[in-house]
Amino acid sequence: MKKFKLSKTLKSSLLTYGLVIFAYVLMQILISGGHVSSLMQGLLVPLCVYAILAVSLNLTVGILGELSLGHAGFMCVGAFASAFFSKCVQDSIENSFIRFTLAIMIGALAAGAAGIIIGIPVLRLKGDYLAIVTLAFGEIIKNLVNILYVGKDESGFHISFKSSLDLNMSPNGVQIIKGAQGITGTPNDSTFTIGIVLLLITLFIVLNLIHSRDGRAIMAIRDNVIAAESVGINITKYKLMAFSVSAALAGVAGVLYAHNISTLTALPKNFGYNMSILILVFVVLGGIGNIRGSIISAVVLTLLPELLRGLNNYRMLIYAVVLIVMMLFNWAPACIGWREKIFGGLRKKKNTKEAA
Amino acid sequence: MRKSFKKAVSLAVAAMMTLTMAACGSPSTSNDPTQNAGTTAAGATENSGTTAAGGTEKSTFKIGIIGPLTGDAAIYGENVVNAAQIAVDEINAAGGVNGFMLEINAQDDEHDAEKSVNAYNSVKDWGAQMILGSVTSVPCIAVTEKTKADNMFQLTPSGSAVECAKYANNFRVCFSDPDQGAASARYIGENNLGTKVAVIYDSSTVYSTGIYESFVQGAANQKFEIVAAEAFTADNATDFSVQLQKAKDSGADLVFLPIYYQAASLILAQANSMGYAPVFFGVDGMDGILSVENFDKSLAEGVMLLTPFAADAKDDLTVKFVTTYQQRHNNAIPNQFAADAYDGVYALKAALEKAGATPDMSVSDLCEALKKAMLEISIDGLTGAGITWNEAGEPNKEPKAVKIVDGVYVSMD
Amino acid sequence: MSFITYLINGISLGSVYALIALGYTMVYGIAKMLNFAHGDVIMIGAFTTYSLCSTMGLPPVVGVAASVIVCTVLGILIEKIAYKPLRKASSPLAVLITAIGVSYLLQNLALLMFGANAKSFTSVVSVAPLTLAGGQIKISGETIVTILSCIFIMILLMLFINKTKAGQGMLAVAEDKGAAQLMGINVNATISLTFAIGSALAAIAGVLLCSAYPSLTPYTGSMPGIKAFVAAVFGGIGSIPGAFIGGILLGIIEILGKAYISSQMADAIVFGVLIVVLLVKPTGLLGKNIQEKV
Repeated sequence: MKKFKLSKTLKSSLLTYGLVIFAYVLMQILISGGHVSSLMQGLLVPLCVYAILAVSLNLTVGILGELSLGHAGFMCVGAFASAFFSKCVQDSIENSFIRFTLAIMIGALAAGAAGIIIGIPVLRLKGDYLAIVTLAFGEIIKNLVNILYVGKDESGFHISFKSSLDLNMSPNGVQIIKGAQGITGTPNDSTFTIGIVLLLITLFIVLNLIHSRDGRAIMAIRDNVIAAESVGINITKYKLMAFSVSAALAGVAGVLYAHNISTLTALPKNFGYNMSILILVFVVLGGIGNIRGSIISAVVLTLLPELLRGLNNYRMLIYAVVLIVMMLFNWAPACIGWREKIFGGLRKKKNTKEAA
Repeated sequence: MRKSFKKAVSLAVAAMMTLTMAACGSPSTSNDPTQNAGTTAAGATENSGTTAAGGTEKSTFKIGIIGPLTGDAAIYGENVVNAAQIAVDEINAAGGVNGFMLEINAQDDEHDAEKSVNAYNSVKDWGAQMILGSVTSVPCIAVTEKTKADNMFQLTPSGSAVECAKYANNFRVCFSDPDQGAASARYIGENNLGTKVAVIYDSSTVYSTGIYESFVQGAANQKFEIVAAEAFTADNATDFSVQLQKAKDSGADLVFLPIYYQAASLILAQANSMGYAPVFFGVDGMDGILSVENFDKSLAEGVMLLTPFAADAKDDLTVKFVTTYQQRHNNAIPNQFAADAYDGVYALKAALEKAGATPDMSVSDLCEALKKAMLEISIDGLTGAGITWNEAGEPNKEPKAVKIVDGVYVSMD
Repeated sequence: MSFITYLINGISLGSVYALIALGYTMVYGIAKMLNFAHGDVIMIGAFTTYSLCSTMGLPPVVGVAASVIVCTVLGILIEKIAYKPLRKASSPLAVLITAIGVSYLLQNLALLMFGANAKSFTSVVSVAPLTLAGGQIKISGETIVTILSCIFIMILLMLFINKTKAGQGMLAVAEDKGAAQLMGINVNATISLTFAIGSALAAIAGVLLCSAYPSLTPYTGSMPGIKAFVAAVFGGIGSIPGAFIGGILLGIIEILGKAYISSQMADAIVFGVLIVVLLVKPTGLLGKNIQEKV
């Protein structure tokens, strides 16, 4: 046993992949046996979306060490770019697999590009100031998307930031993005399988980045900027790398989100700071820098309000209480000490048993 | 030590999740009565409860309601659920539909498309055979896609965007947005209510932009002129001084407000404090302004609105409904959402009777039967007399123009 | 003339942001945490006054006093239960997230207690509006009272912090908790006091916010809360005069942006200006520049 030992990081990564694949296989078995309610089946794609979001934000918050409150903005960019694309080519590309693959790439590229454009100014700032500027960018993206009107007729695309009446389209033109109403009728291309594949790809990208030379450089910046700079690490390059990869992955989640429900709008609820904060909640609850934790907490916190539906009016109240309690349990030094006492005892017992 | 603990917890949580999924997994086959009782909205009739518990045979019609019950749109969902419960109780007390009781289950969608689909799946698991919802437009559009796939009958009380009644199985009780905008433009023009019109609308909602755009189109061939069109957004809905100042500077003598009443109440108060007193003209979202608790009704003096429902109307049906509503809900005054939902339940009843439907029909058969029956029924409801539906799912009813005089609605016809 | 009217409207709106931002910046400056629940404490304060004055008909003074007491107690409770256990947590983000949890909790509690229907708040201000230039310019009584209370509170806070022992203790705690403790300052009591003052300010801000913009729902506090947070950052978070200036400027920018650029893009304009300011002055207008040491 001692002779063949996987490195600790590899073991941890494999455990993460294994967990996701295990959950997927288990769900598939349960679904084929008819044991899964419609509610749960409907939640499978959103769970993948939130898990991807949490993992991608953890790259910024946990690995790069910067607080971002505008992650939903990148998701919004990815969602709208890809939904726009899918809507335009819905009739010309019949094969949904090819169309969706292209949509994913477009969403990721658009969000990644937004990440670079926003990252260059933002990453010069520090701490809470950086956080507020990311929040500001997220709100700007939401606000602009909300009043964006795009239509298409024989003379090409028409864009307006006022109202659909200002598009000046010919009578047989079609509106694609309708301001507050956003994009409706996006093809429903997202499936649980695609969601899981995208989650695994996200994990692969993030975990590989963390354990690569680049990743170590990024973490060096997080731990001490001045020290990192003094050993010749290009601060801007690595910060921007982490930030834009994180944004692009959020864009992928956006693509999945947009192609799961047939209506896409930039409401405060789904793309505002509330959503950015919700993703941050996943990351912090799951453990900053802990990728597996992000997935688990995204799943737990997404399922929780749905499982509490029986409580009617008290649902969101209980959700808030549970969130606070979980935070205290996971983070309070007193709780950690208390937990270690109890579980440490168990662990010791187990160890002695193993030894025996 | 810490690491190993986390691992243990993560595994435990993963196991728990799969268990809960499996536990939630046994769908409607076992109709656990306690679960139903838990989910039926407050004030459920005893008889519907007992029939549900009576056996696993389908002996009730199950109506799933979807709407925002938390979040800043909660008031709309709350009104729909309360009013639907009143209608269901009345119908059940009078012997039900075709001899069967009605039962409702309301689920929260937080005014979010994705949550609305979750809520839909949740009522489906409960065994819903038809849907009354979603209450708000954007979530409703998301749900239409799902009801179409399942071929489940869907009647939205208040989803006013055009796409809410996109498919053959989608009907609505309220007016569509373009209808309201066009009707308002016509009414203002034909009655010479103003010559210069300003519009203040919410550019972040589908409802408001939809009405605004059709109003502009409708105004093109009317005698008045639109001199200012100012927007606000959901995140910027406290200060309206700029919009009002612009309207005032442009010399508008009528301000059209295709918005909901909370924002309208602020606009009226701010217009008053700046000494600007044009005619304010609203649409159905404005109804409810008099029910804002502690609202200074003199601010709304002279406000006109086109609405199918006014809680102050003196006809027997409205009086009875409003009294019941107030008794049950701590004197709250129902708004137009409530009226739409009440009529929606009665429309479902009429359609079920017309089709001679029974609860043991499959969801899809029920949908086909209701789709046909909806075109043949005519109901006298709170939002109009002799309401009929066409194949596009739109109701045929007339909006009433009302004016607020001395703090009450007065019909202008 | 309309420019002056817009400017005054901007100051009116800004004074409300400034008042909320004072509470924000106070808590941030001492406890070094972004209290996302601050906006919801404001809402609770407004509901308290509403219940007493508008529903039960008590005089405004009683309502405001009660609201200050309720919010102070609430602030101390929140700090003790939800924030204090996390003060020594390995990441400052933990307490931020808990604050979000508290924010959800307060909103949903208010939703259950008061319902979702909007309430129209009766103004507690009975000051007559000020008219200038032959009635063409009008400054509402609420604006006058809000600005005056802002200035009054600002001066009081600065005097308190600079002249009293407790205030000096706060500064010491803000500088270095460990060293402050060694100097015999009761860190826990000092932070509790900070939250108590911050929440009392929130109560006053809530009452004046709803007096100026009289619509009250369980979600009333969240957007002004975020805007005030922006204002506090704008002025340099932690700086008391900064919060005041940041708030007023934010209000003016918002109104002028709406008036002269686009009413649809008001949010984008406000946040755009914020970004530009922070890029030029990375710690806000009056923020201290922190030198990083090796």
